[in-house]
Amino acid sequence: MTTTHETEPEVSPPSQRGDRIFAGLAKSAGLVILAALAAVFIFLAVEGIPGVNQPAETYAPLSSFLPYVGRLLFGTVFAALIALVIAVPFALGIALFISHYAPRVLAAPVAYVVDLLAAVPSVVFGLWGARALAPQLVSVQAWLGEHLGFIPFFAGPASVTGKTVLTAGVVLAIMILPIITAISREIFAQTPRLHEEAALALGATRWEMIRYAVFPYARSGIVSAVMLGLGRALGETMAVALVLSASPVVTLNMISNTNPATIASNIASSFAEATPAKLSVLIATGLVLFAFTFAVNFAARAVVARSERKFSR
Amino acid sequence: MTTTEVTPTHASLPLTGPRLPQWAPALVGLLAVCAAGLLAMLLGWGIVAFAFLAALLFVVALPLWSVSVEGSRGAVDRLTTSLIWVAFAGAAIPLLWLIWTVLSKGLPAINAAFLTYDMRNVVGDDQGGIYHAIMGTLIITGIAALISVPIGLFCAIYLVEYGKGTRLARWITFLVDVMTGIPSIVAGLFALALFVLIFGPQIRFGFGGSVALSLLMIPVVVRSTEEMLRLVPDDLREASYALGVPKWRTITKVVLPTSLGGIITGVMLAVARVIGETAPLLVIAGKTDSVNLNPFSERMTTLPVYIYYSVTQPGTVPFDAPPGAEAPGIERAWGAALVLIVIVMALNLIARLVGRIFAVKKG
Repeated sequence: MTTTHETEPEVSPPSQRGDRIFAGLAKSAGLVILAALAAVFIFLAVEGIPGVNQPAETYAPLSSFLPYVGRLLFGTVFAALIALVIAVPFALGIALFISHYAPRVLAAPVAYVVDLLAAVPSVVFGLWGARALAPQLVSVQAWLGEHLGFIPFFAGPASVTGKTVLTAGVVLAIMILPIITAISREIFAQTPRLHEEAALALGATRWEMIRYAVFPYARSGIVSAVMLGLGRALGETMAVALVLSASPVVTLNMISNTNPATIASNIASSFAEATPAKLSVLIATGLVLFAFTFAVNFAARAVVARSERKFSR
Repeated sequence: MTTTEVTPTHASLPLTGPRLPQWAPALVGLLAVCAAGLLAMLLGWGIVAFAFLAALLFVVALPLWSVSVEGSRGAVDRLTTSLIWVAFAGAAIPLLWLIWTVLSKGLPAINAAFLTYDMRNVVGDDQGGIYHAIMGTLIITGIAALISVPIGLFCAIYLVEYGKGTRLARWITFLVDVMTGIPSIVAGLFALALFVLIFGPQIRFGFGGSVALSLLMIPVVVRSTEEMLRLVPDDLREASYALGVPKWRTITKVVLPTSLGGIITGVMLAVARVIGETAPLLVIAGKTDSVNLNPFSERMTTLPVYIYYSVTQPGTVPFDAPPGAEAPGIERAWGAALVLIVIVMALNLIARLVGRIFAVKKG
């Protein structure tokens, strides 16, 4: 390639120029990403801020923006917390299973299957949750309402369709399971081998080894994995929109017919027949969701970054 | 157990404690399943209650046996081990259930017409199809890939080759990580807000969907490419520099070809991730019943959006249908879901195969 026919005395200035162009291209690609992130904020703000101050009927069944978005935010956080409560024990269990408990032949396929679970499109999860899972959960929820009705979460009366925020939480839990599992699995696997062997050599059982050698090492990683799962659950749209027919209400009751809507599902379900005024309201709620998930993700990544620095020292 | 017969004159501690036999978990598991099955049959419980009871019996019985033989520490160990196995089994159930449901409900809906018809003028349970949705998905995802692959690739090159250690690179890495957590519907709203500002409030078109999807895809491409570029041994780069090759030629001729397989894998996994996105396309690409191959004008349906609308507006069950039949929209939704899952899984498998074939050679 380099056989140039003209014999120049100077040493290849063209290649220097090529290098500058290439470096410039690479750097500008990086800057495009920063610009895109800023643009998301700016354009959502430009289109969304008029939505804060619209005629009262736009916010039906409420009358102004703050209560409207507040109730939606409650629903978002509530559904995400249900999902976390269900998913975290399972996710940590599976991560430990893959990293410490499973026989060698089983560990790799299980990890692969969990990754596949992450690849299933959210709309399929929603379809499955609404048509297959919800009918199966009717009797479970009826039982919960009957026997645990004194707890506000299960006050009932239990829905006869099963399409409740509890069902939506279960679907969300299945959807965030892979991300929590994947991250905590990697962190568990990074535990220094010598720590583990030292614990075992002192006569610890396997559980004591995990409790005293693995968990302290992995604590910040687990926290950030859980927060990333939370971020995903907060922003998930389809699973909730398909499972719930929801309205902006505040209720702790997880099994009744009146279910709190989430920001994302509210946008998806009221988007099609939205007037321009309503549209700006929806974009404004989207901006709130963005800011909220951004903060959660930011915190999670900061925790990871700090612990990485700590361990690299 | 023989160690307990050490003569007391030595007064030495036994080196091993009493242990449950190796087949103990299997035996307890079998007994738990039998007992739960018996109870479930007698009381007429469903499969869910049966599985729950069996798991509960197993988790309680094994540590109880263990505490009487091995002591409390051994029992706690048994308890956590069985809890972890139960967690694993419990998480496997939804996946198998999901795949089984989609297969059993989706397969009957799929035939040649379903894959080659669109939904124009389809009323009730006429034969409708998803051709328009498949084409929409391919076009929108294809353009999204065309936008995000160059940007993602160059950004990764900047992070690994040029900007290593600089403050800007650290910020980009951090923000790319944060960007992976952007809710997909926010990406759709961003594209909507952008194009509404340019073209007016009624704008809906496929290209907008591509822009929204690239916002979700770029961080995935950057992360995977970055990892792959870091895997390329520095020896290769230094050998190339030593021959007088400029840096950009080194990158294009040495670094990129070495990591090509991994990069392709990452890109395909990113495509597989965004191809199933619903929310952004619902917002900006809209829905239509006809085939639209032009991404720059008019609405464009994709498979996930098609599924969403088929479920939320399923139509009515025809009056002459057999009892228990579902609305035509629901049947089509299952069919489309199966097609979508097949596409995603195929992309995943091919990506992993490519990654294995072209894996970076170490050393």
